[in-house]
Amino acid sequence: MSNNTEYILELENVSKSFPGVQALKDVSLKVRKGTVHALMGENGAGKSTLMKIVVGVYTADPGGTIKIDGEPANYKNIGASIKHGVSMIFQELNPIPYMTVAENIYLNREPRKGLFVDFKQMITDTQALFDSLGIHNISPTEKVYQLTVAKKQMVEIAKAISYNSKLIIMDEPTSAITDKEVDHLFQMVRTLKKEKNVAFIFITHKMDEVFQITDEITVLRDGQYVGTDLAANSSRDKLIAWMVGREITQMFPKEEAEIGEVIMSCRGLTRNGVFKDVSFDLKRGEILGFAGLMGAGRTEVMEAIFGYTKLDAGEIFIHGKKVNIAMPRDALKYRMALLTEDRKGTGCFLPLSIRDNMTVASIGDYTKSGFIRKKAMEKVCLEQKEKLAIKTPSMNQLIKNLSGGNQQKVLVARWLMTNPEILIVDEPTRGIDVGAKAEIHRLLSMMAKEGRAIIMISSELPEVMGMSDRIMVMHEGKITGEVSRKDANQTLIMKFATNTYVS
Amino acid sequence: MAKNDSAEAVKKTSKEVWSDIFNKYGIIIILFLIAALMSVATGGTFLKPINLMNVIRQISFIGLIGIGVTVIIITTGIDLSSGSVLALASVVAATFAHPVKDAAGQYIDAIGQYPLIVPIFLGLAVGAIAGIINGLIIAYFELPPFIVTLGMMTAARGAAFLVTGGKPIGNFSDGFNFLGAGFFLGVPMPILLLLIMTIFSYIILNRTKFGRHIYALGGNEQAAIISGVNVKLIKIVVYGYASMLSGLAGISLAARIESGQPSAGLGFELDAIAAAVIGGTSQSTGGIGTVQGTIVGALIIGVINNGMTLMGVNSYWQQIVKAIIIVGAVLLDKRRRKS
Repeated sequence: MSNNTEYILELENVSKSFPGVQALKDVSLKVRKGTVHALMGENGAGKSTLMKIVVGVYTADPGGTIKIDGEPANYKNIGASIKHGVSMIFQELNPIPYMTVAENIYLNREPRKGLFVDFKQMITDTQALFDSLGIHNISPTEKVYQLTVAKKQMVEIAKAISYNSKLIIMDEPTSAITDKEVDHLFQMVRTLKKEKNVAFIFITHKMDEVFQITDEITVLRDGQYVGTDLAANSSRDKLIAWMVGREITQMFPKEEAEIGEVIMSCRGLTRNGVFKDVSFDLKRGEILGFAGLMGAGRTEVMEAIFGYTKLDAGEIFIHGKKVNIAMPRDALKYRMALLTEDRKGTGCFLPLSIRDNMTVASIGDYTKSGFIRKKAMEKVCLEQKEKLAIKTPSMNQLIKNLSGGNQQKVLVARWLMTNPEILIVDEPTRGIDVGAKAEIHRLLSMMAKEGRAIIMISSELPEVMGMSDRIMVMHEGKITGEVSRKDANQTLIMKFATNTYVS
Repeated sequence: MAKNDSAEAVKKTSKEVWSDIFNKYGIIIILFLIAALMSVATGGTFLKPINLMNVIRQISFIGLIGIGVTVIIITTGIDLSSGSVLALASVVAATFAHPVKDAAGQYIDAIGQYPLIVPIFLGLAVGAIAGIINGLIIAYFELPPFIVTLGMMTAARGAAFLVTGGKPIGNFSDGFNFLGAGFFLGVPMPILLLLIMTIFSYIILNRTKFGRHIYALGGNEQAAIISGVNVKLIKIVVYGYASMLSGLAGISLAARIESGQPSAGLGFELDAIAAAVIGGTSQSTGGIGTVQGTIVGALIIGVINNGMTLMGVNSYWQQIVKAIIIVGAVLLDKRRRKS
């Protein structure tokens, strides 16, 4: 049943305040049926908050109106919104790890056989769903905790689509998946748009994708509506200007830094079944990029170097001396730092304050015989807050109340404060807006200039190519190629990443 | 590059201001309300200084244990062995605390000649060792704290009975009795001990690197490991400290009742956990909890128990009321956290 309105979603004067913070102020948004509508803006602009109001996770402040397909819609919970044809994929993945893919997808609507759950039917349905979407590499009976982040995301996408909604909201759906899977997702989106008149709202920071797939773009800034335009009429620069209110001239300003001696050497690093024979040198002043597809093993290599997981074979030399790094504490002694890929799982201390999150690794620098010197520590925390432009009213604020991008900045600050000689960053700008991205890139550039050595894992080719002095490419646990900055191009890297390079 | 803060700070409505106050001090407000209620219900008897001192003294043992268990729960662990360790420390200290002299003024046995420091040290050492064993197993074998401390609970209780051969030990030196019955600057010893240990623990948790690392471990163990926190050491120390506090409580209790009883402390661990939970330490999320909250929690339990006793309420009814309070407190705490 469809009403005679042109719009599937109409928001007018929607506001939302949290204790001490006005997240949204008088925001309006209109999404036409059967269109893909991008919602853009910096971190903290209010995009996720606005969508969470639409699906019922939050309740808007009184005074605004929300209409779905012409009818007032003030859903109190996600179940209600799903029932009325609106589903959402959240930025933070939250599947149930010890259940199977099928159980996760059909959670709360399991097919029944009398009183009992019909598992067979559930598996068949899941397989049919995957077939219709062209997903071939995930089995309905796999347990979710065994899936890679990319596959987990595909499961979430399939689940959202399976609700047969009229409006599907996707919050950074492509942050953890490879280009191939992104193409696949867009294909699904185009098909659903055409065949079932489904509308999509796409929250994203990725300009390329926006111009590939969207019809209309809306920009929010600081919790307020800035403007809407057809994608055809928009340009990268105009959108950026809307988002930040200023010009950004360069996206990846890696400045020239003097590249010095080898600080770290890895030889023959192996972890059975995960990666094999990984060898490389890391020089002072350089940014060494690690490119590759998801599952290439880059994160695993770095976690092993850092001592978080075990190495089965191989040697690591720092300043020429062989070192034995059995746990992260050892790595820290060698002035290494690791900014992990999964900020929720291995990065943030969610129940704790920003201050605690920032100082945890360097707190020894501010103690005298075990006791914390508050003034000294506070001074440095505030410096970091300024330097990284972390948006928060106070250091006591709990990190879980910050947006994803600001959380990432706190984690970057954490590692900066340890004054590392070797900094390993794993997807450092994932889920971060353009402004913050440039800031982090500038920071990494500056750190290289200061004589530190940086390893950067990134799945965004423009980022890897723009920031790295050299790029190591991995494929299924092995290094398949090394490319210098001047020789780098997307095709070459892709060939190494998919191991189709024949010399 | 100057940048505006993303969201304007909102002027707080008066509702929000009250809400803030309640969040921070809610538990103390509840304590005062309950105390007021009790004093009315008992016609003022509750508020007599002697009675108030009784209340605090009674909960001081649970309070001491509560401090330790709070720190453990902050790290997402649990400790079921507190009551048994209390008993074991109690009887060990008692064994070395009685200078019984014969008619000629000579000590009857060699044990009686040990200075006061011996039973105190041994009692604390017993506690610490029990806790360190817990911590080692939990840290290195990665067994669930529930199971490990359950085992210690049973083992320590058995050991306590072994030490005493099943009979209570009594007859202590005046010095030892002072620890339980004496006053220092007008304050009863058990209360003084509680005060000192609370302040000490507060300082460690909030003002030292070790304390902040305890919260980090509780907040996200994996992130803590990656950030260089010595997770194993923290676990060992935290369980050791908690059991040492149980030992301290055991020494104090033995001195107070002038008897080392192997059956002492039965059920204390649960009361201590209840005090921690009422005081805001979160069972489900790690990294949340304060020792001062636990003391207030213990006081709330103590005040209610005392009030009901003064009113002549059947002690079994008291159990039920206590249970309702515990669940109610956790519910309130959840609601408050959501906002």
